[in-house]
Amino acid sequence: MKRRLAIVALELWLPVTLVVVWWYVSADSTSPFYPPLERIVEVFEDTWVFERVDEDLLPSLSRFVQGFVLACVCGVAIGLALGLWTPVRRALTPVIDFMRSIPVTALVSAFIVLLGFGDSMKVSMIAFASFFPILLNTIDGVRGVSSEQLDMARAYKVRGPDRIFRIILPAASPQIFAGLRVALAVALLVMAFSEMTGGTNGLGFFILFAQDTYRIPEMWSGIVLLGLVGYAVNLCFVLVERWVLRWHRGWRAMTESGGGVV
Amino acid sequence: MRQLAKTYGEGEGAVEAIRDLTFDVESGEVLCIVGPSGCGKTTLLKCLSGLLRPSGGSARLEGKPIDGPPDALALVFQDYSHSLLPWMTVRGNVTLPLLAKRMPKAKRLQLAADALNAVGLDGFFHAHPWQLSGGMQQRVAIARALAYQPRLLLMDEPFASVDAQTRADLEDLVLDVHARFGITVVFVTHDIDESIYLADRIVVLTHRPTTVKEIVPVRLPRPRDQVATKALPAFTELRGHVFQLIKSERMGQTPAPV
Repeated sequence: MKRRLAIVALELWLPVTLVVVWWYVSADSTSPFYPPLERIVEVFEDTWVFERVDEDLLPSLSRFVQGFVLACVCGVAIGLALGLWTPVRRALTPVIDFMRSIPVTALVSAFIVLLGFGDSMKVSMIAFASFFPILLNTIDGVRGVSSEQLDMARAYKVRGPDRIFRIILPAASPQIFAGLRVALAVALLVMAFSEMTGGTNGLGFFILFAQDTYRIPEMWSGIVLLGLVGYAVNLCFVLVERWVLRWHRGWRAMTESGGGVV
Repeated sequence: MRQLAKTYGEGEGAVEAIRDLTFDVESGEVLCIVGPSGCGKTTLLKCLSGLLRPSGGSARLEGKPIDGPPDALALVFQDYSHSLLPWMTVRGNVTLPLLAKRMPKAKRLQLAADALNAVGLDGFFHAHPWQLSGGMQQRVAIARALAYQPRLLLMDEPFASVDAQTRADLEDLVLDVHARFGITVVFVTHDIDESIYLADRIVVLTHRPTTVKEIVPVRLPRPRDQVATKALPAFTELRGHVFQLIKSERMGQTPAPV
């Protein structure tokens, strides 16, 4: 318990200090660009509790979730196929490398031309950008399944869906999760960016619109909210990862120490 | 009585691992395979289990050529930390091979419970393999093989990485399982004492490219005992003989590149 408190204190001291410093340093600010933190907090309350939640926050989250889930499904499914099927992987690697080399921000015009300014453009952009880290990590993870595990599967005739869902995907899951983690950050980034390029709602749109209309405290409040959303999303992800990969930590501890625990 | 027969002859290829192996495995016996290190014991076992295709000659199980993993065969690997799946519980690992056998779930669980009891792991059904010691993990691997209900059990240096005491216990477990279930056992090892203690016959292999050096019958009484059996003059004699065979193999060869 004491240890836990110590850890929490160690984790909290810097954020708390930063907020306190920001609060006092900005307290007497008269600059319209750096409003006092107190003012930002007031605006934050007025705006986000819960005035514009329906209007901006929820649409953003919805696009984010749709895009990310789409990327997960496609990334894992295609990555699995390419990881298992060497000739196809060889045939597609140049195209994949080319597509993932294009900064997604540069593709925004193409997405707008093809899909307009609506949700489908934003969701597609999020999905496209976060697809590649998942794809590449899944391919690597699937290729890295140990030969002992594959031999075991063959010797005991574990085939078809059992082989994929009980052996290959779990074995690749630590690497897949590494890809998901990167993809999550990319998805948040592209979510905010895509909303800034067009449309009429969303956090990105709100921040840019507030800036354009000189409502600077509102702009800051949007940025703070975006940070909080990112933080919360990451936290959820880490909890899911820890639960799904709980075997992995135990197994690594064993193989590294070279023996069992009991 | 079933007659298990395997005939080997393998050649060609860039590295000639196994030149010509011809021997039979009698139904119900324990056959140990020993040889100098790097002599292709694992290659041989992979051919027997259908994981590798021989480049010449053939391996037959009950008269049928082995061209893929046979149903009647179960395998215990050397490296339990990889061959057991760490994301599954002990029971999950044992029932996994049974999924393809299309039996009711109750039957699967019953087979798994029986096998785990037979290896002394009742009470560890819901543990994960990495929570167990190395010896216990290898017991899980043996239970997985038993639940599969094979007629032939192949073991590839299964006890190479456990300590001496655990190893003796596991050797007795193999003998116990063999006596109780009447399974034919082919046991690959580099430990001469272990091979004599377990075997009805020992196949001594030559250096690469591998051929059969000699087949040594082991006429020690069963049941065997770690102390009494190993104290028999016949045991010492056999050990000397097998040791000489392997040593002559090592001497007669130009030093193998490391």
